[in-house]
Amino acid sequence: MTPPILILTGYGLNCEAESAHAWERAGAAPRLVHLHDLIEDPTPLREAAGLMFIGGFSFGDHLGSGLVFANRLRARLRDELQAFIDRGRIAMGVCNGFQILTKLGLLPALDGDSFTQTVSLQQNECGHFQNFWVRIRFEPESPCIFTRGLPAMDLPIRHGEGRVFTASKDVLAKIERKKLVPCRYIDPETGKPTQRFPHNPNGSAKAIAGLCDETGRVFGLMPHPEAYLFPENHPRWDFQKTRGELPEAGAGLALFINAVDYLKAS
Amino acid sequence: MAIRIEIGPKPGVPDPRGAGVAHRAHAYLNAPVKACVTRDVFLIDTALSDAEADAVAAAISDPVAQDRARNRLPPPAFDWLVEVAFKPGVTDNVGRTARTVVQDTIGRALGPYEEVYTATQYFLTGALDRDAAERLARELLANPLIQTIRIYSPEQWAAAAPDTTPPAMRDAREPEVRAIDLEVGDDDLLRISREGILSLSLDEMRAIRDYYRRDDVRAARAAAGLPAGPTDLELECIAQTWSEHCKHKIFSALVRYTDETGATREIDSLFKTYIKAATAEVAKRIDWLVSVFSDNAGVIKFNERWNVLFKVETHNSPSALDPYGGAITGIVGVNRDALGTGVGGEMLCNVWGYCFGPPDYDGDLPEGLMHPRRIRDGVHHGVIDGGNQSGIPWARGWERFDDRFIGKPLVFCGTVGKLPVLVGGRPSERKEVFPGDFIVMAGGRIGKDGIHGATFSSEELRQESPAQAVQIGDPITQRKMYEFLIEARDQGLFRALTDNGAGGLSSSIGEMCRLSGGAEVDLTDAPLKYEGLQPWEIFLSEAQERMTIAVPPEMWEAFAALAKRRDVEVAKLGRFTDSGLLRVWHRGRLCGELSLDFLHDGCPRMEIPAVWTPPRVPPPRALRAGDRTAWLLKLLASHNIRSKEFKSRMYDGEVKGLSVLKPFVGVRADVPGDATVMRVDYDGIDGIVLSEGVNPFLSDLDTYAMAASVVDEAVRRIVSVGGRWDRIAGLDNFCWPDPVLSEKTPDGPYKMAQLVRANEALYDVCTAYGVPLISGKDSMKNDSVRGGRKISIPPTLLFSALGRMDDVRQAVTMPFKCAGDAIYAIGLTRDELGASEYHRLRARAAGQPHRIGGAPPSLDIETAKSLYHALNEAQVRGLIRSSHTPTLGGLAVAFALAALGGELGARIELECVPEKRAHLDALLFAECNSRFVVTCAADRTAELEAVFRGLPCARIGSVMAAPELSISFFRRRVVQVELDRLRRAFRTGFAL
Repeated sequence: MTPPILILTGYGLNCEAESAHAWERAGAAPRLVHLHDLIEDPTPLREAAGLMFIGGFSFGDHLGSGLVFANRLRARLRDELQAFIDRGRIAMGVCNGFQILTKLGLLPALDGDSFTQTVSLQQNECGHFQNFWVRIRFEPESPCIFTRGLPAMDLPIRHGEGRVFTASKDVLAKIERKKLVPCRYIDPETGKPTQRFPHNPNGSAKAIAGLCDETGRVFGLMPHPEAYLFPENHPRWDFQKTRGELPEAGAGLALFINAVDYLKAS
Repeated sequence: MAIRIEIGPKPGVPDPRGAGVAHRAHAYLNAPVKACVTRDVFLIDTALSDAEADAVAAAISDPVAQDRARNRLPPPAFDWLVEVAFKPGVTDNVGRTARTVVQDTIGRALGPYEEVYTATQYFLTGALDRDAAERLARELLANPLIQTIRIYSPEQWAAAAPDTTPPAMRDAREPEVRAIDLEVGDDDLLRISREGILSLSLDEMRAIRDYYRRDDVRAARAAAGLPAGPTDLELECIAQTWSEHCKHKIFSALVRYTDETGATREIDSLFKTYIKAATAEVAKRIDWLVSVFSDNAGVIKFNERWNVLFKVETHNSPSALDPYGGAITGIVGVNRDALGTGVGGEMLCNVWGYCFGPPDYDGDLPEGLMHPRRIRDGVHHGVIDGGNQSGIPWARGWERFDDRFIGKPLVFCGTVGKLPVLVGGRPSERKEVFPGDFIVMAGGRIGKDGIHGATFSSEELRQESPAQAVQIGDPITQRKMYEFLIEARDQGLFRALTDNGAGGLSSSIGEMCRLSGGAEVDLTDAPLKYEGLQPWEIFLSEAQERMTIAVPPEMWEAFAALAKRRDVEVAKLGRFTDSGLLRVWHRGRLCGELSLDFLHDGCPRMEIPAVWTPPRVPPPRALRAGDRTAWLLKLLASHNIRSKEFKSRMYDGEVKGLSVLKPFVGVRADVPGDATVMRVDYDGIDGIVLSEGVNPFLSDLDTYAMAASVVDEAVRRIVSVGGRWDRIAGLDNFCWPDPVLSEKTPDGPYKMAQLVRANEALYDVCTAYGVPLISGKDSMKNDSVRGGRKISIPPTLLFSALGRMDDVRQAVTMPFKCAGDAIYAIGLTRDELGASEYHRLRARAAGQPHRIGGAPPSLDIETAKSLYHALNEAQVRGLIRSSHTPTLGGLAVAFALAALGGELGARIELECVPEKRAHLDALLFAECNSRFVVTCAADRTAELEAVFRGLPCARIGSVMAAPELSISFFRRRVVQVELDRLRRAFRTGFAL
């Protein structure tokens, strides 16, 4: 079985090509659908095993990242999205997609409340967009099905608003208690989560790089796994090659393979 | 009265934007700002119920982190409030998005002129007086050319009612078509040109007058009911078509060139004689040119599936006036060139490069010029937003600094794209328009933006109204249009397309209708941003994000339906014909009729004198032999060489996931690579290689050496990373000071001779290397006259190169890789320190900045070709661990950067470097062409030496584990320095 994955496009989202390639390489069948077309006819969502919210600048992020896209989804597809998740399907958001998921309330969706926003991704501490590579580790206790059993990896970040911010300490505590943090920024020297720039690129609370919901089937993160599919994407692949340590594929592919394995098993 | 909503961070939530303002106020203006809190203001110019207004406020704010209120939010404590809004007619991208939210929220469409306007509030605390707050507003927070500034003390704020007046364009002029009388004397002809900002010369004005005197023209005009003389629309259309910007009159001129011996010869068009001829010459030997000089970008064959295209543009004057708006328009504008190539190009990556005054410039700044730091910040910000929001990664970026760029910055923006070899079974580069095809405009709406952009001179620009002077790009509108057009292309819904840049519709339709042989344009249904535009303004407007498309009538319905689904506005503006005429209508009235022959071929030719007198430039006073460590550190810290990483990291270089060699390389990814490599799709192992050469400093000695060197630099950068030396295409972008002899420009003949010599070198080197020129552009008026002071840029040629790798997995980077590897110097070092970074530094340090002389770099073409061929062979055989080509700062800086990149030391014996009469300083710092520093595993040196047998190549040292660079010259130590010190010097002014 080749799981069908729906990738939403349009309005300034822009990572559709590499995201489609990631799912293909992982053994899924990606399909790009413009949000307008999905609102008009939600059949592709009903047929999909997985839904991906990709990176980009939806509506320019002019009013806060992901906000306008999330508003439109909530207004026009709320019931369809709820039904999709209730059916046991999976959803992934990267960068702008993660911002959209938090604005929607699908992440972290504490206590199953899927459409109330409790977390915001705020402007980076440095005050501007940044692109460089960071190291993240995956938390083994997290229910996230995308990150199961993965070793730490390097991935690029490319965002201006990636600082996880919660309205209250309680929300943050609850997120931690329920193990809804599948990945954190770490200091490559110590392997430990860090608040220090540049290893923590945005000042995110508790070095949070991504969040999942309590089912582990909805997941979003700021770093871009779909931008590390080729070994030569890594900024130091030349050194890895010299040392004979160049991997066969980019490490980011593993998250997509995990998701496909999950879909095939369930 | 509009509905006013204020949104700001909840108390206690960090405000990085405000913190940044406080930081820059200190760092740039030395202003005692203790804190700054920012807020956003929205003015919604429509009627909403209270419930609707509240719902809109909720929808445009973040409930977790922000507070919101109708009219006013309670203010934080402040000493001054600065409120910055756009002037009427200026593009407001955030307002446009908010308008979408209003419609989504209230569930109905707003009327055509019901807009949302935004403003930003800065609540400042600190011991500032009103003047200081005003200065801060003017020099940091707003550009008075396009924005309004309001400043309130707490008392004034409390006393004032919240402002609810939207900055709408309200101009209810009736459309009219004016006739212009050209049957006047020469003085009046020139006055008409000057007052209309037409930039037409007397010869050109006379040629236009004479056209209207022709019997056939008179008869046709009488029959059509047109006035005998030109209408405003006709004259504007001719002026922009004949502008230097569009017509390249200087490059097409007849030049009388006198060389240093006094011998004079005529050159019949620099473009034809050198640029086109070089490509024609190379084309005899290669089979991979697809479309050159004829389209918006040059196209070459890449592989069985793809052709690739490349275009580089400049946006200098607009960036001088509004750095952010000018630069964002520059990048999204050149993206449209790629989109408008063939049947529609897809974007692969962007390149950028800037020439600025030094960011820490503290000399006199002529009245009306912005500080170079501000221009630099704004330009970066604009290209960052333009590229990032468009989802196009950057692949190359560079900056050069010189005092002479304070008058006019140079802002180069380029785009590489790809075209499927076949689209719908037809060659994708083929551009056809048939009579009967609809003329369709897609994308943004038309306003007064950038009218006269093609004909303006910068002095006149300052007196114009802001809406006309400056355009601001809107990447999201363009992204939507781009996706729509590629989708429509693949469904075969249109025939051809081109972009609307300089000259707007008059230029895009004027050019495209040559393919069918004429056009009947009807401007009646052109979508407008606001009312009150005259027909000629609609035709000439340079409002952004618009393409002109030829749609066969049978496709129109499907084309328009898809556009609607993709939220892209399209409008039918008449039909293409084969009448030989460009006719323009508005609301049933004929506004103009021009013969295409006259419009495109009627411009009289310029004749320009050029006289070459080699300049005499003394060298810096000699320096005794000795330790040069301090000079190496100074070079690394110089503006031109020091790290540009801080700003570069704000550009997205990873989107699409195709990068192979990124702009920065090394263990810390903090040193610039020689060239970048990327795949063009997800299925292949072949890729493109990008590089450039630019060196305005050499123009102070000889533009022949300058042009030869920049071509060589671009080529050897590509070869250095493993690109094939025999598959390189080039682009030339000339930025020159005005070289036409006139009262304003008495030294025109010298500047024109500089242009001739640069072209000669371009021809000589490109033909010898087999590098075809596939596209190019020139910007010929880069002077500023303010406060009685004329500042001309140094003549600058940017040579951009597009190369190919058959297997990107073989790419080579510049950092040293392993301790124990052998270091080789390849290529001859000569005593060529003229205008080098080292000589310029020495001259400045001695207080004699003019003493930069010495021999400029020469070029031994045959040796260079042999070296490039040999290096390619060594790379394919896997002999090269690292390769770096020295540029600014010579070998010494090359060693330092390769060491920093690898976090490894090196020991070098300088006397081993292959050389010809080079003394110590030349060995260290000369910027000679065609050289490399490569490393090779110690057990493979014999193989490497065999590949380079008979060529200048010698082992000069070893890579060391100890983090230290040590250079000796006949056993005397000349450089000895730890990597930490090198890195500190290289990072001087890092966050500037």
